[in-house]
Amino acid sequence: MSKNAPVSAFHRLRRRYGNTMIVALALIVMAILVNVTPLKEQTWLRVLFGVSALNFTLRWTVPLVLGALSGILCERSGIINIGIEGMMLAGAFAGFVAKTSTNHWPLAASLIFSVVAAVAVGGLMGAVHALFSIRFRMDQIISGTVIIILALGTTSYLYNRDAIAEGKFSSIPIPGLAQIPVIGPVLFDNPPITYLALIMVAVVHLGLFYTRWGLRTRAVGEHPRAADTVGINVNRYRYINTSLGGMLAGLAGAFLVLEAVGQFQEGMTAGRGFISLAAMIFGNWNPIGALGAATLFGYTQALQNELLLAGVTQVPRQFISMLPYVVTIVAVSGLVGRVRPPAAEGKVYETEGSA
Amino acid sequence: MATASSTTGITRTLRALLIPSLALLAALLAGAVVMILSGDDPMAAYSGLFKGAFGDGKGWARTVRKTIPFVLTGLSVALAFKVSLFNIGASGQFVMGSVFAVAVGINFEGLPVYIHLPLALLAGIAGGMLWGAIPGILKVYTGAHEVIVTIMLNYVASLFGGWTVYAGGTQGQTPGPLWDRTAGAISETPDVLHSAQIPWLFGPPYRVHYGVFLALAAAILVWWLIFKTPLGFEMRTVGHNMRAARYAGIRVNFTIILTMALAGGLAGLAGAIETLGLNHKFAPEFGGAVGFDGITVALLGQTHPIGVLLAAFMFGALDGGAATMQFESGVPADIIQIIQALVLAFVAAPLIIRMIFRLRQQTDQDAGSAVNTSWGGA
Repeated sequence: MSKNAPVSAFHRLRRRYGNTMIVALALIVMAILVNVTPLKEQTWLRVLFGVSALNFTLRWTVPLVLGALSGILCERSGIINIGIEGMMLAGAFAGFVAKTSTNHWPLAASLIFSVVAAVAVGGLMGAVHALFSIRFRMDQIISGTVIIILALGTTSYLYNRDAIAEGKFSSIPIPGLAQIPVIGPVLFDNPPITYLALIMVAVVHLGLFYTRWGLRTRAVGEHPRAADTVGINVNRYRYINTSLGGMLAGLAGAFLVLEAVGQFQEGMTAGRGFISLAAMIFGNWNPIGALGAATLFGYTQALQNELLLAGVTQVPRQFISMLPYVVTIVAVSGLVGRVRPPAAEGKVYETEGSA
Repeated sequence: MATASSTTGITRTLRALLIPSLALLAALLAGAVVMILSGDDPMAAYSGLFKGAFGDGKGWARTVRKTIPFVLTGLSVALAFKVSLFNIGASGQFVMGSVFAVAVGINFEGLPVYIHLPLALLAGIAGGMLWGAIPGILKVYTGAHEVIVTIMLNYVASLFGGWTVYAGGTQGQTPGPLWDRTAGAISETPDVLHSAQIPWLFGPPYRVHYGVFLALAAAILVWWLIFKTPLGFEMRTVGHNMRAARYAGIRVNFTIILTMALAGGLAGLAGAIETLGLNHKFAPEFGGAVGFDGITVALLGQTHPIGVLLAAFMFGALDGGAATMQFESGVPADIIQIIQALVLAFVAAPLIIRMIFRLRQQTDQDAGSAVNTSWGGA
């Protein structure tokens, strides 16, 4: 019996995080092989697994995983959030406006202030989504669409093309760890929001599965009537979680403007909010699963970049650029019966007698 | 009041118009607040808007011209709504319709117009149907939610459209199959042959083509399909209660796929009409936004084909007047997008409107616009 214990623990881990582990392990092994051994002379392998591809992967993964965490927080409490795209865009814009109006501040102060602004505006959008869905009983998918269109319109209307954000977050190598070959420069030499995003995965995971708040959130999303019966305020949990989710989406926006690009562009989220949703589904509404899925999608984005840069293929660039979107479709299509959304998702909760 | 109004058709129609009209009014008021807050003059903006949309013959022509694609994408979204499907993919379907239509329109020289034009239009419909059927098929057989699939297909369609007219890269990449060889570095198709162009109803400078009647006909056809045919009955039944429909022997899977295909066909027709009637060619920048606006138009029209016509006309006027508004008042035309989003918010949440205007709650259901919300399908 005791001999079997480690095996079953491994199995349990594999069952829970199968996709994540396989993707992560495969990438790490290939990366080390390709970058340390003479295999690095092979152009194709370098395109697929070089340090640059891995760096790109992480850069694409960060907004996707933050978006997916945003979706998880909302949906675990029973609110569908397809407005992540809009919340991200609003957050990005708020971060940009805050940055451009504090350009004369010391860089670090200005950047941190801008992140706070982005997160706050994202949270506000989340609160609006919750208000629409709960107080005004709007169909949640429609409400998410309203958030998206509102964010697109408002940011284009208010965007001042002459404004320039000066400076963005730069890398902070973690002493010691950053010197590890391959893994060091990829994982331990990044700007702050990247670290924060990875920490948030752990925080949301621990929060959801090991705290009272998490247990209650899941109860509200699975069986609100039962939760209500034991005295949990269903709608309060939904308001709080949806606002928190909005804040995470806002952080993703902050990443785009303050860490990745350095400027705002109209519609710069370019579908990341929706790919996040797919990552959430592919990760089975589980933060670690979502990280794996986001890494997979991030990797396809990186691959697209690398293929275009390396010019190793005759396939027209437009078809290479389709890769992330096609992989997303394949991923959400290949899941029949394997994932299960929270049971009470998308339904307005009314206490008995109030309707 | 409620009992009296349900007896006559006219009061029932008026009541159906009440919420959308108030939603529009509220959105215009809220838009004015946004303008005041950002230092713009709403009176100047709205008078410019009205002048641009209805001020003269050219204004009217602009409004009508802009209305046509809204009608078709609105119908596309509305039809899917009837089956509890959310088609956010109208813009991709629009692009595919444009590409397919233009592919037929620039080829087959010498065909008479009464063959070439219908053929090009049908090709556009087919392109849209293909793009609409994919999410339907995936939903039925794999459970993939149509919202994600249609969104992703929008990006794929836009890249595909870009490839077909790609002028080729500086490093000698192969140009796309529909690229106009005489266009130099510009990525666009040649002009559609005369025999495949939709004739002008009012020629330049008005530029209103016979596509108006196609859009009207499509609205009537969709109305007839939904309310007067057995298939429409099946669609509405599936939309109301999928399980009951299955129990009653309705082919639910078939209905879902067919509805998505038809919805795609309508958006594809929109693309075909814009290409063959107005732009006379395809370039990557044509298309896109009308698909998202179709959602708002469909909901503002209460997912009823006649309502969609009215809503599309309102949106046509907003878009038609936007340029004049920006020119005369200096208010960025993007404010129109905000107003359209607010219209969507107010019309999708009648409770907000009832609160603002202190209306009494009706006993019957308001806009029946609940979408099938489970990600897992089934």
